[in-house]
Amino acid sequence: MIKGYKGIPMPVRYLINAGLFVVFLVVVSSLTDAKVISTYNNKIIMLIGINIILAVSLNLATGYLGQLPLGHAGFMAVGAYASAIFMKAVIKTLPLGLSLPLGLLIGGLVAAVFGFIIGIPALRLKGDYLAIITLGFGEIIRVILLNIDSVIGFKLTYGAAGLKSIPKTTTFLDTFICVFLVCFVIHAILKSRHGRAVLSIRENEIAAESCGINTTYYKTMAFVMSAFFAGVAGSLYAGYIGILDPTGFGFMKSIEILVMVVLGGMGSMIGSVISATVLTALPEFLREFDAYRMVVYSLLLVVVMIFKPTGLMGTYDFSLSRLLGKPWERLTSGGKSKKAGDR
Amino acid sequence: MSVFSTIVSQLFNGLQSGSIYALVALGYSMVYGIIMLLNFAHGDIIMVGAYIAWIMMTMLGLPPVIGIIAAIAGCTLLGVLIEKAAYSPLRKSPRLSLLITAIGISFFLENISQLIMGAGAKAMPSIISGSNFRLGTTEISFVSTVTIVVSVLSMVLLTFLVQKTKMGKGMRAVSEDMGAAQLMGISVNKTISFTFAVGSALAGIGAVLYCSAYPQASPTMGSMLGLKAFVAAVLGGIGSIPGAMIGGFAIGLLEALVSALGLSVWKDGVVFAILIVVLLVKPTGIMGRVIKEKV
Repeated sequence: MIKGYKGIPMPVRYLINAGLFVVFLVVVSSLTDAKVISTYNNKIIMLIGINIILAVSLNLATGYLGQLPLGHAGFMAVGAYASAIFMKAVIKTLPLGLSLPLGLLIGGLVAAVFGFIIGIPALRLKGDYLAIITLGFGEIIRVILLNIDSVIGFKLTYGAAGLKSIPKTTTFLDTFICVFLVCFVIHAILKSRHGRAVLSIRENEIAAESCGINTTYYKTMAFVMSAFFAGVAGSLYAGYIGILDPTGFGFMKSIEILVMVVLGGMGSMIGSVISATVLTALPEFLREFDAYRMVVYSLLLVVVMIFKPTGLMGTYDFSLSRLLGKPWERLTSGGKSKKAGDR
Repeated sequence: MSVFSTIVSQLFNGLQSGSIYALVALGYSMVYGIIMLLNFAHGDIIMVGAYIAWIMMTMLGLPPVIGIIAAIAGCTLLGVLIEKAAYSPLRKSPRLSLLITAIGISFFLENISQLIMGAGAKAMPSIISGSNFRLGTTEISFVSTVTIVVSVLSMVLLTFLVQKTKMGKGMRAVSEDMGAAQLMGISVNKTISFTFAVGSALAGIGAVLYCSAYPQASPTMGSMLGLKAFVAAVLGGIGSIPGAMIGGFAIGLLEALVSALGLSVWKDGVVFAILIVVLLVKPTGIMGRVIKEKV
């Protein structure tokens, strides 16, 4: 923080953010209840929330850590299957208030364990190996989910037929509470010394290491966190869609998430949020151009890399306190108060 | 069929797919050696080559020889074009940008061919035909033999090109140290384009051989082939030409072994598991050199 800068004190800042978020939740849910937002649009909003979690969590590994995991859909799949199997087992016995958070947690934890197993060997190596290992991992997960039933001898994932009749527990409210929590946790960690260590690895790994930062530890930490949140998003997705099929979690899906991150700006949370929103909503309203979607995505990747390699938002991050800083100073110093910009 | 002849025919199957992997792996390895880029689009160049051959032979009704030449020429051209259009503007960018661009190109090729040619697979007419012959009691497929001979020949030619010609010397110099090579009067851009051309021509040969082994062309055929060839390149030691060959044959034989054991649904999983094990135990691969990073 710049010396002499008198911004909004921290608790107030957090209160403003939380308040705005609650307003957003209340407004959207009451609009849904009042049928102003149709059920169809509400579904899209939930999907946007899930994609925001995916994009923000991949951004943690790509934008902030500077690695390129290509198996994000694999982590999502692991989380989705773990939580779906759990939810199917306990939906009749446990109250929803308990089983839902537990399901999300289990999805996240299982994905995190896989992230740890993959991350330990992959992150010891420099260069592009992480991309390859995670890519291989995504494919292995897909093969396992398709064929595991014949090995263990009973029906667990139902292979290519798909895991059906998963309780559709995901609601708008839990999705966006998760979005909020994920964004908050990632933001808070990035502002801490651990986050600065992660950022320093992105800037220059050798320099970071020579400053005494345990690069393997921090790389693994960021990577496992990224996997955890992907697992949470997967769990939400399982409860949202109600049927899981391994082919939906292929390399294609990983690339879709990557496009969101790259387009929004690697290292910008608001960029990921915006591009996840736009790239989820736009195809829904442009259904007739669906065949061109992936062509446009792939061209976007190349064009963005050539002309604006940092993505649309770069590393710029939205900060309410920066926006409200000036008006707050006037307000507290007794000067003329000015209406502050909203988000 | 006796156990012996089963082993021999599986061996030939493995060597056949292995030599295709080796050809494709060579392209990965050469490009990685020279600009440190995992050229994700390499597998899709093969797919484009297969479609070119299909168009020439089925739509235009031309003889297979024209199809083969057109496929190889088309792949070469496409490789150079991709390098010029997408990779050369990024020569000074971080490697992450380059990698993302390569993924973008790969997806672009896959989706644009899906748009133009349709998502379904196109049946390939036979490109290489000849009668199978017998080795003792075992019948050996003519196509397998041609595949193995052609790829071994291409590898010998490539080794000659890299070791004995002036351009090859330039390629080795650029991969050693781009800046110093430029100071010695080597045209870096030309050398890199040439590398892409050679790698893509090998991919074109690979496309023809792949289509003779599995006679169909589909938009996504290149991605899995490319990924496995990449695993082969890593296994052999990325950046090393003999390594790519060894890796390719190893992966091909391993796949044949897994299929022979009746576990063919796990084939892809096993290949990627090998990749992870290799990176864990010996990240530089069988023939790779340890590259010291300078600050």
